[in-house]
Amino acid sequence: SSWWSHVEMGPPDPILGVTEAFKRDTNSKKMNLGVGAYRDDNGKPYVLNCVRKAEAMIASQKMDKEYLPIAGLADFTRASAQLALGENSEAFKSGRYVTVQGISGTGSLRVGANFLQRFFKPSRDVYLPKPSWGNHTPIFRDAGLQLQAYRYYDPKTCSLDFSGAMDDISKIPEKSIILLHACAHNPTGVDPRQEQWKELAAVVKKRNLLVYFDMAYQGFASGDINRDAWAVRYFIEQGINVILSQSYAKNMGLYGERAGAFTVICSDTEEAKRVESQLKILIRPMYSNPPLNGARIASIILNTPDLRKEWLVEVKGMADRIISMRTQLVSNLKKEGSSHNWQHITDQIGMFCFTGLKPEQVERLIKEFSIYMTKDGRISVAGVTSGNVGYLAHAIHQVTK
Amino acid sequence: LAAYRTDEGQPWVLPVVKKVEQMIANDKSLNHEYLPILGLPEFRANASRIALGDDSPAIKENRIGSVQSLGGTGALRIGAEFLRRWYNGNNNTATPVYISTPSWENHNSVFVDAGFKDIRTYHYWDAAKRGLDLQGLLGDMEKAPEFSIFILHACAHNPTGTDPTPDQWKQIAAVMKRRFLFPFFDSAYQGFASGSLDKDAWAVRYFVSEGFELFCAQSFSKNFGLYNERVGNLTVVGKDADNVQRVLSQMEKIVRTTWSNPPSQGARIVATTLSSPQLFAEWKDNVKTMADRVLLMRSELRSRLESLGTPGTWNHITEQIGMFSFTGLNPKQVEYMIKEKHIYLMASGRINMCGLTTKNLDYVAKSIHEAVTKIQ
Repeated sequence: SSWWSHVEMGPPDPILGVTEAFKRDTNSKKMNLGVGAYRDDNGKPYVLNCVRKAEAMIASQKMDKEYLPIAGLADFTRASAQLALGENSEAFKSGRYVTVQGISGTGSLRVGANFLQRFFKPSRDVYLPKPSWGNHTPIFRDAGLQLQAYRYYDPKTCSLDFSGAMDDISKIPEKSIILLHACAHNPTGVDPRQEQWKELAAVVKKRNLLVYFDMAYQGFASGDINRDAWAVRYFIEQGINVILSQSYAKNMGLYGERAGAFTVICSDTEEAKRVESQLKILIRPMYSNPPLNGARIASIILNTPDLRKEWLVEVKGMADRIISMRTQLVSNLKKEGSSHNWQHITDQIGMFCFTGLKPEQVERLIKEFSIYMTKDGRISVAGVTSGNVGYLAHAIHQVTK
Repeated sequence: LAAYRTDEGQPWVLPVVKKVEQMIANDKSLNHEYLPILGLPEFRANASRIALGDDSPAIKENRIGSVQSLGGTGALRIGAEFLRRWYNGNNNTATPVYISTPSWENHNSVFVDAGFKDIRTYHYWDAAKRGLDLQGLLGDMEKAPEFSIFILHACAHNPTGTDPTPDQWKQIAAVMKRRFLFPFFDSAYQGFASGSLDKDAWAVRYFVSEGFELFCAQSFSKNFGLYNERVGNLTVVGKDADNVQRVLSQMEKIVRTTWSNPPSQGARIVATTLSSPQLFAEWKDNVKTMADRVLLMRSELRSRLESLGTPGTWNHITEQIGMFSFTGLNPKQVEYMIKEKHIYLMASGRINMCGLTTKNLDYVAKSIHEAVTKIQ
């Protein structure tokens, strides 16, 4: 007999299931709106030009393959911090932060979660918005923390339940951990307005909460890296020493290269050094030191003025195409004769859109139109093109009229 | 951190790696999309095939699984996390994990951070005879509670460079089988140790042929020189395909909350190399180049020490294998080497053979001679 006889089959990944079913479908009009990766207007993966240029530079440099330090590529981590905090940030200029390279967003979140489990004594509770990215819960749970929630999305309006959020957050026990999506909330696409962020900062400060920002879409949401980082920077300016996870999967299209970073804003440089030493002690028994390729590409882009400029244009291009697809979807729905209010589609931001479609309607979209999305009605706008937006609008109208 | 050095004391990017990297760079059809959670399929299959052998019964019987991991460390960690959750019942925090004395210092941290609370040591290095303490090792295995987990170095034991002989491995396997001890192999130097992939995988393959279910954490850092791309693989050998499938499904969940999916670049290089007969042959050649240089440094160092008449016996230098050697120098002698001769070894007397070159052999040998004769 086997050691593993009692091991249960793990549940199938719901999003993977969508892609599997999509692959099997023979309908030529099929659409995969479950994909969490950007697609160009031909529905193809997009390798940024600035990435290709950075890769050419790397190929010509013929560097060795020696281990990176545990905390990662220094040029990368420094540039990451600067990108998030802004070059005029007092916290950045004073050096009262530590940034370590992480395995994209997930790896950075997990290092942070492990760090909290080991060093954040006041609480085991992490408050997530309802809903949040599906992987947040198991990440924090596997790190040994407990999950709680605060109201966030209002399904009635398909927008932010701001009063509900403020109400819940004002009641969170002091010194708990609260996770906030910096921009382009996943899965809803619903972000607070700047005025609302100010109020959130005030209540979070009043409750003395430890703020954990997850920023996976800087630049990718509005097309403007500074605008997308506004909340993070505002909180820090308000004296809230946040911790932060960054990903370059979407905004640089570096998905499989796993480029990310984890940052802790500290009281001073001395504290930052102590925190860094403990982060290294956490990282070493996980994977020793991080992979170079993605971080080096990102570092070259961020630190080479011409490439950085080119990147800003390209990331805006991606964001603009997404925004344009949202606009076209709404106008096509109107053209179809839909009487529903679809404003949330253009109000929401980022890769994902909570359409408001019910499970039965999603089921029909899949079965009758070969349009694949997750049961919660979430679509990846990245999977919409000018070639298929009309078909999508038609199908949505058919199942909602 | 330990890495190979050429005779000029420089890092060495394997020629086959340079070639494959250029191929990848020129292939405009490649993109940077996510890999599957368990990694690049061509990498996983080839990596496990390298460890288990082309004619492995386990592969033929479709009862193996692979998890592409962030280096050997990542493979160890995923394996450890899985064992803690699923090995003997659903909560293995109290299951004893045995690590050799000495061992790579990160082994301990990996298993502690994975949640194991009872980490023990097993005898390994006999300082007096400068070799394997087989009796001590077997004794510890006899005394270990049934179902304990043992971390075994597949070859080129780090840091002693001392491996069991095939005969000794057979004895180890017999005890482990009788006492239901779980073998978790750490294979970081396959090919790099003896120059032969098959020879360096003998122990793992023997255990498979003896019907064990086991894990093998593989690193391609040294044998491919891909240190900073974090290329590793956790090979799982089970009783049948169904069991392995369920194990992989749970490992997938663990991977998802650790790094989601692994990095692409290094896996592509290895997969491309291993799946092309020509590139594979080139790689084996590159690996042999590295292994041969280390073997040469070993024999040259030993012969110099013996010529100098340095007190003690020095056959352990050539009998040991891999990147490291336990010289047998005591802490005071090590201090002398560092302070007076500017030769850096660990307090344990461990030397990195890769640091030796034809230019410094004489100096190193003379320095060891001085240390041993001047300092007791």
